[in-house]
Amino acid sequence: MSMNSADLINNAEKEWVWNETPLLKVRGLSKQFGAGCIHCKQPTSDEQEGSRCQYCGSIWACRNLSFDLYPGEILGVVGESGSGKSTLVKCLYFDEETTVGEMSISSYEDKTSNLFEKSAQQKRYIRNHVMGMVYQNPLLGLRMPISSSGNIAEKLFAADHYHVGSIRQRAADLLQKVEIPLARMDEPPKNFSGGMQQRVQISKALANNPPLLLLDEVTTGLDLSVQAKVLDLIRNIQRELRVAMIVVSHDLGVIRMLADRTMVLRQGLIVEQGLTDQILEDPRHPYTQLLVHSLL
Amino acid sequence: MSLILKAIGLGKWFELSLSHQMKVSPFQNLSFEVAKGEFMGIAGPSGIGKSSILKCLYRTYLPSSGEIWFDSSLYGTIDLAKATERQITHLRIREIGYVSQFFKAIPRISALDVVADRLLPLGYSLNQARDRAMQLLERLNIPEQLWQAYPATFSGGEQQRVNLARAFAVRPRLLILDEPTASLDNDTKLNVLALMKEMKQDGTTMIGVFHDWDVMGKVADQILDLRKLQASKEQEQMAGM
Repeated sequence: MSMNSADLINNAEKEWVWNETPLLKVRGLSKQFGAGCIHCKQPTSDEQEGSRCQYCGSIWACRNLSFDLYPGEILGVVGESGSGKSTLVKCLYFDEETTVGEMSISSYEDKTSNLFEKSAQQKRYIRNHVMGMVYQNPLLGLRMPISSSGNIAEKLFAADHYHVGSIRQRAADLLQKVEIPLARMDEPPKNFSGGMQQRVQISKALANNPPLLLLDEVTTGLDLSVQAKVLDLIRNIQRELRVAMIVVSHDLGVIRMLADRTMVLRQGLIVEQGLTDQILEDPRHPYTQLLVHSLL
Repeated sequence: MSLILKAIGLGKWFELSLSHQMKVSPFQNLSFEVAKGEFMGIAGPSGIGKSSILKCLYRTYLPSSGEIWFDSSLYGTIDLAKATERQITHLRIREIGYVSQFFKAIPRISALDVVADRLLPLGYSLNQARDRAMQLLERLNIPEQLWQAYPATFSGGEQQRVNLARAFAVRPRLLILDEPTASLDNDTKLNVLALMKEMKQDGTTMIGVFHDWDVMGKVADQILDLRKLQASKEQEQMAGM
C-alpha cells in the first residue's frame, strides 16, 4: 500500500464503489394498528395530521418509510417513544405484519422480490439465514431456562448447521467474543445479570453470520458501565465483521457513537435524515433541534 | 493549473425554532477556487464564518445555497453540496480529510486506536494500521506511555495532536483543517508544519483556517480574507445604491 500519493484509490476499488448496491431496500413501509376504516385507508405524510384516525381510532405507527442500507453501514433510527421506530424493525424482522410496503435484500434470492409478500415459511428462512435481531428485553430473544450454548445452537440449527462439534465450537467462540467466561457457557441466561444476558443475546443474533443485524434499544435500562460495555462490543463487531446494522435508540449519545447515518422518526414519519454528524451539528427540523439540544 | 475545488455562490443559514424563531447566516454568496496541490488559508475575525465554510465543504453542515464542485478521483467532478450521503461517506474515507477545531474523544478507545481507526476502512489490517499510527504519534511528540491511554484524559494540546495524527495518517486528495495549531507548543507546531509540507509535496490540496498569521504565511499559497471580501461587498452594495 503506497502512502506516497494523494490517490488512495485503485481502479478495482473505484469499480467496487461504483457498483455498490444497497443491502436492504425499504420502500413505502406503513404499518397500521387497529381495524382501519374508510377514512384511514392510506397513511398521510402530513406532519400536521396525527397518526391516529379520528373516526375509528386506528393508528398508523409507521407511515410511508423509505430508505436504503448499504453493506457494512450502521443506520441509526432515533425518535421519542411512540414514534414508530421499534415497530419499524419489528416489521423488518417479520415480528409484525407490514400493512403496505416493500422490502428487498440484495443477498437473498433474486435481490428484488418483495420479502413482505413471501410465505410464512420463506419469511422464517430469511430471518434465520440473513438477519439477526437483538431486542431491548432479552426475554424476547433468548430462551431463559436453556443453556447459553444451547441458545446459540438453536439459532444455528435454524440456519441449517447440524454438526454438533462445530456448533459447540462456534458457541464457545461467540460467547468468548462477548466476554462470557467459557466456564459458564452451559449456564442458562436466567442465571446472568441484565448486561450479560444482553451480550448472550448479541452472540446468538450473530451466530448465523447475518449480513444484517437489527438492534432495538439494546442498551436501554442497563446501567452506564454495562451500557458502555455493550456499545463497545457492538462497535468491535462492526469493525471486525462489517455487518450492516440498524440501531434503534431514543438516546442520541448511542447514535452518535455508532451510526454513520441517522433517520429521525416522529409520529411514524421520517422527519429528517442525514449523516450523523450533520444531524447533530446542523439539525433542520424543529423536532431534531429539540432532540439535539436535549442531549446532556 | 487545474482546479480541484470551485465554490460558486455558497451560502448557509440556520433556522432555529426552539424558544423563539431565529435566523442566522454566517456567510452568503461566497465564491472561491482552489488549484490542485495548493494550500488555501481562510482568514478573518472570529465569528465571521470560517469554520462554517469548512463544515459546509465537509458536509457536516448542509449548504443552503450554491455549489461546491470537487474534482473527485472516485466520481469525477461532483457537487459536494448535492452529493448523496453515501457518496460523501466514500469521499470522507478515501478523498477528503478533516481536522476539527476541538477533538471529540471517542470514549474508551486508546489514542493508538483512534488513529488506527482512520485506516481500517481503507483496507489496512489492524496491525498495519497500528504500525502506521505509532509512526504518526511519535512524530507528533505524544509520549509512548500515553498511546494506550484514552485521549479523553489528555490535555487540550495532546488531544489536538492525536486529532492531527489521525488526519495525517492518510494522504487524502483534500484536507480541511480548522485551527490545527491553535493549542500546540512551538516544537510540535514545527513538526505539524513539516508534515503539512510533506503532504503537500505528495499532492494533497489543503484548505485551512489558522489563528496564527505566522503559520498561515508559511504554508498558504492563497489567502481568502473574509473581512476584505465583506468590505468589498458592502462597497458594491453602496455603489449600487
